[in-house]
Amino acid sequence: MKRVLGYADRISARPGDRLAIMVSCEAAGDRFEAALFRLICGDDSPAGPGFKVEPVAHPANRAYPARRQPTHAGSCARLPALPALASFTLAVLAWPTTPEQGRQAILGSFVAAQRRGLALGIDAAGQGCVRFGDGETVGELSSGRKLPARRWTLLAASWDAGERHLRLVQQELPAFPAHAPPPPAVVGSLLAAAPDLGDLPLLLAAAAVPGGDPRATAEHYNGKIEAPLVAARALPPEALLPALRDPPALGGDLVAAWDLAAEIPTDRVLDRGPGARHGRTVNLPTRAVTGSLWDGSEHDWRGAPAHYAAIHFHDDDLYDAGWAPDLQLALPAGLRSGVYALRLSFAGDEDWVPFFVTPAAGAKRAPVAYLAATATYTAYANPHYAFDDPIDEVTRGTATILRPEDLHLNAHRELGLSTYDTHSDGSGVCFATRLRPVLNMRPRSRLWNFNADTFVIDWLEWLGQPYDVITDEELHAEGAAALAPYRAVITGSHPEYYTTAMSDGLAGWLAGGGRLMYLGGNGFYWRAAYSPHFPGAVEVRRAEGGTRTWAAPAGEHHHAFTGERGGLWRNLGRPPQRLVGVGFAAEGFDVSSYFRRGEGSRDPRAAFVFAGLGDSAVIGDHGGLGGGAAGIELDRADALLGTPPHALVLASSEGHSNVYVPTPEEILAMYPGLDGVEHPDVRADMVFFETPAGGAVWSTGSIAWSCALAWRNHDNDVARITTNVLRRFLEETPFAMPVSAGPAAPAPATPSR
Amino acid sequence: MYEIDPERLDLAREFRARPHGVHSAELQRVLNRMRLQPLAGRYALVVVEPYRRWMLARLSGRRGVPPTLFPERQFDDIAEAEWAIFRLRWELLTGRALELPE
Repeated sequence: MKRVLGYADRISARPGDRLAIMVSCEAAGDRFEAALFRLICGDDSPAGPGFKVEPVAHPANRAYPARRQPTHAGSCARLPALPALASFTLAVLAWPTTPEQGRQAILGSFVAAQRRGLALGIDAAGQGCVRFGDGETVGELSSGRKLPARRWTLLAASWDAGERHLRLVQQELPAFPAHAPPPPAVVGSLLAAAPDLGDLPLLLAAAAVPGGDPRATAEHYNGKIEAPLVAARALPPEALLPALRDPPALGGDLVAAWDLAAEIPTDRVLDRGPGARHGRTVNLPTRAVTGSLWDGSEHDWRGAPAHYAAIHFHDDDLYDAGWAPDLQLALPAGLRSGVYALRLSFAGDEDWVPFFVTPAAGAKRAPVAYLAATATYTAYANPHYAFDDPIDEVTRGTATILRPEDLHLNAHRELGLSTYDTHSDGSGVCFATRLRPVLNMRPRSRLWNFNADTFVIDWLEWLGQPYDVITDEELHAEGAAALAPYRAVITGSHPEYYTTAMSDGLAGWLAGGGRLMYLGGNGFYWRAAYSPHFPGAVEVRRAEGGTRTWAAPAGEHHHAFTGERGGLWRNLGRPPQRLVGVGFAAEGFDVSSYFRRGEGSRDPRAAFVFAGLGDSAVIGDHGGLGGGAAGIELDRADALLGTPPHALVLASSEGHSNVYVPTPEEILAMYPGLDGVEHPDVRADMVFFETPAGGAVWSTGSIAWSCALAWRNHDNDVARITTNVLRRFLEETPFAMPVSAGPAAPAPATPSR
Repeated sequence: MYEIDPERLDLAREFRARPHGVHSAELQRVLNRMRLQPLAGRYALVVVEPYRRWMLARLSGRRGVPPTLFPERQFDDIAEAEWAIFRLRWELLTGRALELPE
């Protein structure tokens, strides 16, 4: 287990900027130590090139008081307190996903510790209920009927002050054509003391915890909520659904009606009632989800807001851990662009908080930029697949190996989820954030994404090549202008997640003559979205197709952040092959293989790539990730998907294991014979092509490529080829488009396409 | 459902010789069956010393509940650890202990 954890408020910064560093010390101790390093290679395995960091002298390198900082997961919405009401009705539509788990708060102000307020919710037996208190005694009415999971049910509590009568109504809505819901459950009670909403804030999907940490909430609800409403009289049961459907018809009796379809991209919860009691969501619950009126006629929430008037809350949502800063790290004006990490040492443990330093405004730029895949790092932040995903082991083809960070993430679910996880109620995780400790984005961790990508930095340092570092966040914000200063750009091993602005920016820079070295596999695959309302968070909707650990429900394929349709760029009309010549084909995680040079490698246009390699037919039969340069996730060329006709396939991988299988979108109908031993499309293609503006693209199509750079102190064919490409890409001489197209890119072997 | 034939010691020998990489189709069936055991109780390895030492564990199958550890079952070779898990699963799925004659 980890004893110290930290995170920064930003993932990239320029010299002169200041980062806030938040730290939690999870064991006894007085002080933790901070020390700044420039990171060169994060692989500390004995077979690797060695863990390489360079200390950076900095006044922040010192001891700080240790403290534990709690994290409060679970989403809700906070709504303002109501005016004093003699009689009233609270009503809401609920689509609970875990009613069997018992006590959950849905709408109201009830605070158990204070025995005050009133709230609709789920009781310990999974039944709809209303709880209330007058400061001294607590009462509860239960419907006597279990709430059905994943069906819309109306819940309402009405207090008639004149009659001294409190009524609870639980009314299921028809869920499918042949569904005949039972008559509403109506339970009433005469009360001597009036239940009091209290002068207390209302919450959706949680209960307040008074005193102490204001961020703490309890009784988190899993499921969707729609149309929370407050009226200033006791509505009879038959008037409840009409009131929820048309709140203005209540006239002067309308107190508040929150329209959850409004302002979906934000955290705002709009009240259309007279008091404008607008609220805010907490911890990024999922909006742009289907509501009780959704009938399949519209799939974009922007086209039918009334069909999307729901929010899905989860007890494990987390946007911002919200820790207080322990130190401010001012980046010196002269700090060179690079990958950095602040080491936190405490009680015999350490954590590394990584961040990227981009060039200072107006600084002289290096000729080449390394583009750090921070959108992808965020999408993968804090995964739980080893513990939660039944097919994890069989897809890896090795026994599950649990590292300390894995054990910590399993035990501390409050640190939030990755977009590869499912929530505790089984629904897919659409949002992930970097505003929390991200235990798999660390040096000295598993070779994946961030840590694997440090092999590219290690190779650039070994070359003595001046380079700058920029990240997805700059590419998203500035588009092609972020890349414009550079003659060449190098990716890491797995730039999988791209926002539209990032995709446009990269394509625009290439169209202007940029030269791209794509050193990875399964890149440019999923559309992702950033939001100005939620800096640091990334949204992913896993729509039809794709290698997925969950699937977005029908009707929920459009991003809440942008309204854009989500899913694979391939399905959105921008297959990766159009951009970089290759696109995701297959994956397997046991061992990596090698490339065999093809006909394209003998083309004079590609002579610079193989200079000095002689006639060796096999490339990369070594490497730090699976023992070869071709492995993990593989991309192939495909003329039908947009590989340019003049692209040269320089080499292709072969000899993949049984664990490698094609990605589902490659297969129209399943058939025997799909694995890496049998299927010809389970391979990586290395591709080169020129662009009309004098630029070029070189793609390796393999995640394992970059981790093969360092083998034998960089004296190997993978490093030689990569260096050859970089040297030529940095020459001013424009690339010329070939007069006649070279050999056509291959069509898929799959007979059905 | 594919059932593992406890007489097929040749498949066990094949795995012992090469736990990772290309396998015969029949060994792959055995491994698929073994690796799709339910999460609750599934064998796994916990890192004791990074890259040097691993301990046998069983997953709880419940979120937040830690794996059960077997400190007396430690390995300093990942292939030996894979072999130990293979033998445990062989016995679990065939009802017969896996012993390879030398």
